[in-house]
Amino acid sequence: MSTDAQHQNLRPPWILGNKSLSDVSRDICGIFERKPTALWWIAFLVAASMLAVGSAAMIYQMATGIGTWGLNKTVGWAFDITNFVFWIGIGHAGTLISAILFLLRQKWRTSVNRAAEAMTLFAVMCAGLFPLIHMGRPWLFYWIFPYPNNRGPLWVNFRSPLVWDFFAISTYFIISAGFWYMGLLPDLATIRDRATSKLRRWLAGFFSLGWDGSYRTWVRYESLYMLLAGLATPLVVSVHTIVSWDFATSVIPGWHTTIFPPYFVCGAVFSGFAMVLTLMLIARKVVHLEDYFTHRHVGAMCKIIILTGSLVGLAYLTEFFIAAYSGNPYEQFVFINRAFGPYSWAYWIMVSCNVITPQLLWFKRIRGNLMIVFLLSLVINVGMWFERFVIIVSSLHRDYLPSSWAMYTPSLIEVLTFIGTFGLFFSAFLLFCRFLPMIAMAEVKGVLREGHHAPAPAPAAPVRAAQEVEA
Amino acid sequence: MSRRIFMGIFEREEDILGAARAVRERGWTIVDIHAPYAVHGLDKVAGFAPSRLPWICFALGVLGAGLKMWFEYWTTAVSWPINVSGKPWDSLPAFIPVTFEVMVLLAGVGTVIAFLLSAGLRPGKRAVLPHPRVTDDRFALLIEEADAVFSPVEAAALCAKFHAVATEEYEA
Repeated sequence: MSTDAQHQNLRPPWILGNKSLSDVSRDICGIFERKPTALWWIAFLVAASMLAVGSAAMIYQMATGIGTWGLNKTVGWAFDITNFVFWIGIGHAGTLISAILFLLRQKWRTSVNRAAEAMTLFAVMCAGLFPLIHMGRPWLFYWIFPYPNNRGPLWVNFRSPLVWDFFAISTYFIISAGFWYMGLLPDLATIRDRATSKLRRWLAGFFSLGWDGSYRTWVRYESLYMLLAGLATPLVVSVHTIVSWDFATSVIPGWHTTIFPPYFVCGAVFSGFAMVLTLMLIARKVVHLEDYFTHRHVGAMCKIIILTGSLVGLAYLTEFFIAAYSGNPYEQFVFINRAFGPYSWAYWIMVSCNVITPQLLWFKRIRGNLMIVFLLSLVINVGMWFERFVIIVSSLHRDYLPSSWAMYTPSLIEVLTFIGTFGLFFSAFLLFCRFLPMIAMAEVKGVLREGHHAPAPAPAAPVRAAQEVEA
Repeated sequence: MSRRIFMGIFEREEDILGAARAVRERGWTIVDIHAPYAVHGLDKVAGFAPSRLPWICFALGVLGAGLKMWFEYWTTAVSWPINVSGKPWDSLPAFIPVTFEVMVLLAGVGTVIAFLLSAGLRPGKRAVLPHPRVTDDRFALLIEEADAVFSPVEAAALCAKFHAVATEEYEA
């Protein structure tokens, strides 16, 4: 006990307010046991309207064809693939928090992992829409499955990065969904046992699969959680690696580089953490999670943002250096064209949002000011979107043959589709906040005592046989 | 077969850890423990066997990778070979990404299914809780009364020592 107390003195607690175990259940379940606030309804209606507009645009372009986009013969990938990479990247923070930080025993993850994993699922859904529509005939999407067919059977080309990508993204979605649902099991049981309404008790009871808190199940559960974390860790690295191979295996100057996989993975974690911060800082205020998502959590996340953001900055420099050092005139031209050509405005937005402004987070006073952190997280989201735009469009629009040089401007349909994915993302996230615990209660309960002095043992009450037990 | 169970209810993880250790030292049998969260080290104290799920996960991963590698070779080099940019039929390095993904997919999904089967969890199953608050803030320690060494009086004293908030005896 004394060593425990000494240990606990080393660090302040992660969860403030000296919560008891039942306080955690009450605080977290209270969020969705109350009636939704007017603010929630406004946010949801805005998000749902964006989704409706985007759906109309999607239906229109599926019916008419992707000629409704601003693409041309030179720039064959632009807005859609930018958005695809943007959303996939955002998803990566969720898996990083739930799996990699779990393996690294970073206990602060317990306050953010549930929401971050949900964000991953919704972001991957948004991402998946773009390649689906880009197929041109999305109703034939199942042709990408290697199934025995009456066309030969003609198999998919397993040497193609686009096929790798399909396998990577679908595996990523399935494993993330499984991980998220397994993590929810103990909390669903808590919801079931607290529920006052019949419907909620039935639904939570159905989906909690009969969880009774038995320690024999907990032993298996801990093992399962560790295994899934161990599988998800290389998986998340592989997903963005493969996304980067979509570009790197081609022979387009500016894409054909070996730095792409680590560069993309760092960028993904960077943008994802920014999005987690954006969402959690809003949620913290709106549903009052101040005791659970504290300044220390924000500080820890800011430090990861500095690390990954600096790695991204280093990658920008390395790309320039390698282009100059390679002696390849096409490669050199692409980078000069990026920084000083017709899309230089996008390039400098990217550099200032991703490399320059995040450096403010080195200062503790800035990390302590949540309003500034929130604004910086928005700036990073914008910057990382432009990074993908710059990589894709500025490499394509002026390639080997000057006679085919062209400019690209997104069409209204493309912009509305992008807005629609934001609508999907936020609608799904708001619904998640309404119906499921945003914070993993069973995990937070496990770290509750960290940093707190053990409360004095309750006076050895005379054992009241069966008083508390409902027979 | 019904058996008599002695149950102690505790509020804090130190108490459940101490009580479980004391019960084992006396040679009594712990039927189960119900806890709202995974208490670090409780499985060792209670003497529960470690899970065998890692073996299942490993086997399914090897199976998934092996099958997929064979399938990619068979489709690309045997069933309908197509010359793609003069690459060899058996482009082994290019097959690795999909092999990896399928390995993770089969190992992950298979382990989840193995977990549900081994833990006896299924949709709609009715949970039988020894105490209504074990999913909220109470720990329940269930001791089997069949042992010759077991004594209810001693058990009640033991639970009281570890600040039990309630005890109960029942047929299960």
